[in-house]
Amino acid sequence: MNADKFLDAKGLACPMPIVKTKKAMDQLEYGQILEIHATDKGAKNDLSAWAKSGGHELMEHTEENGVLKFFLKKG
Amino acid sequence: MTVKPMTVKEVTKKVISKDQLFILDVRNHDAFGDWKIEGENFEYLNIPYFDLLDGVEDIVDKLPLNKQVLVVCAKEGSSVMVAEMLSETGLSVHYLKGGMKAWSEYLEPVKIGDLKGGGSLYQFVRIGKGCLSYMIESQGEAIIVDAARMTEHYETFANENNILIKHVADTHLHADHISGGRKLAEKVGGTYYIPPKDAEEVVFDFAELQEGKEILVGGTKVIVQPLYTPGHTIGSTSLLIDDKYLLTGDILFVESIGRPDLAGKAEDWVADLRESLYDRYKKLDGGLMVLPAHFSKVSELGENGKVTASLKELYERNEGLNLESDKFRTLVTDNLPPQPNSYQEIRQTNMGKLKPDEEEQREMEIGPNRCAVHN
Repeated sequence: MNADKFLDAKGLACPMPIVKTKKAMDQLEYGQILEIHATDKGAKNDLSAWAKSGGHELMEHTEENGVLKFFLKKG
Repeated sequence: MTVKPMTVKEVTKKVISKDQLFILDVRNHDAFGDWKIEGENFEYLNIPYFDLLDGVEDIVDKLPLNKQVLVVCAKEGSSVMVAEMLSETGLSVHYLKGGMKAWSEYLEPVKIGDLKGGGSLYQFVRIGKGCLSYMIESQGEAIIVDAARMTEHYETFANENNILIKHVADTHLHADHISGGRKLAEKVGGTYYIPPKDAEEVVFDFAELQEGKEILVGGTKVIVQPLYTPGHTIGSTSLLIDDKYLLTGDILFVESIGRPDLAGKAEDWVADLRESLYDRYKKLDGGLMVLPAHFSKVSELGENGKVTASLKELYERNEGLNLESDKFRTLVTDNLPPQPNSYQEIRQTNMGKLKPDEEEQREMEIGPNRCAVHN
């Protein structure tokens, strides 16, 4: 999947992955995609819940070698 | 205004003394709905931290001015952020030091009583998860029963009181939490006991916790007498101590009874559970103090936080001990609460087959224990 912007949140503890995701999303246009990499396990549930409440779409999320990868479409 | 930490020990004191506290839980709704800090006089507001990133103005009105406010999250970071935002509006609030992770891992030692043969019995209350473990101490030696993963709590307590841990026993193969039994026994050079029928797939050496094989603590003064009481698991074994205390493991609780389905064999084990509860325990002295391996509700916490009742009292008021055969079967096989988080992986870990690291063990144990047939 091609993203318009990439955010490296690896090594960051809660709440920073979401704080940074929100800032990055604020700079995107409607329909653009943000790719996020994080290592904080709590980010999985929190990011999907946050995306839902903000009207964004979590298009894909995978886990590889302890790195959580998310693709969020701005809504 | 100020932001101050509140420790899990301080919160525990508030739970036990039934104090008031207002908890602003900033975890996501699912996590809060699944598991939270329970207190009889606690009030709650659950707003995820990620909905407060633009400001806390909207929730200031919902917080009481006449009560202590405690902001809670999973590991502390988000609660500090929200507490600081609230403090900037002029409020004075606390955050939970270490978050729900610390809450899950805290054990409060409570003295239950003295032993006739000399020595004492302590209950270690894992307040966040509802797990109970025990230290039976006599003449400077001790046995730990149903040890939690955080074995340092027992070691510190033993060191402070000049006690040597010689034996460690699990009443059954646990499915709701990772046993600290084997690790603790290895660290102190003691013997680890587990019922052989629960240990058929266990991949390490152990001593058999079996009826007829008594364990002596502190010379010959205190006898720990195993009593085979299957039903929660096929090996479940109770411990009779000093003719006064009955450690029931996950077979009998103060307000409920054990569930037989966590090893996938509810139908097979119903009859065993019935026989243990309605026949084997019934033959024992009603004056025995029942000391279970779990509690479900904070209302079960008595004086100083202890969880106990006499066997006679439980035969009078515990629903699970007062049912006809068919109603009993329905209670223990139908409409059971959800199974504990990661219970299959936890069983595998307790057999020694899986070796998760500490962080993974922590994740596996998140949430309430759910070993009883009632929620």
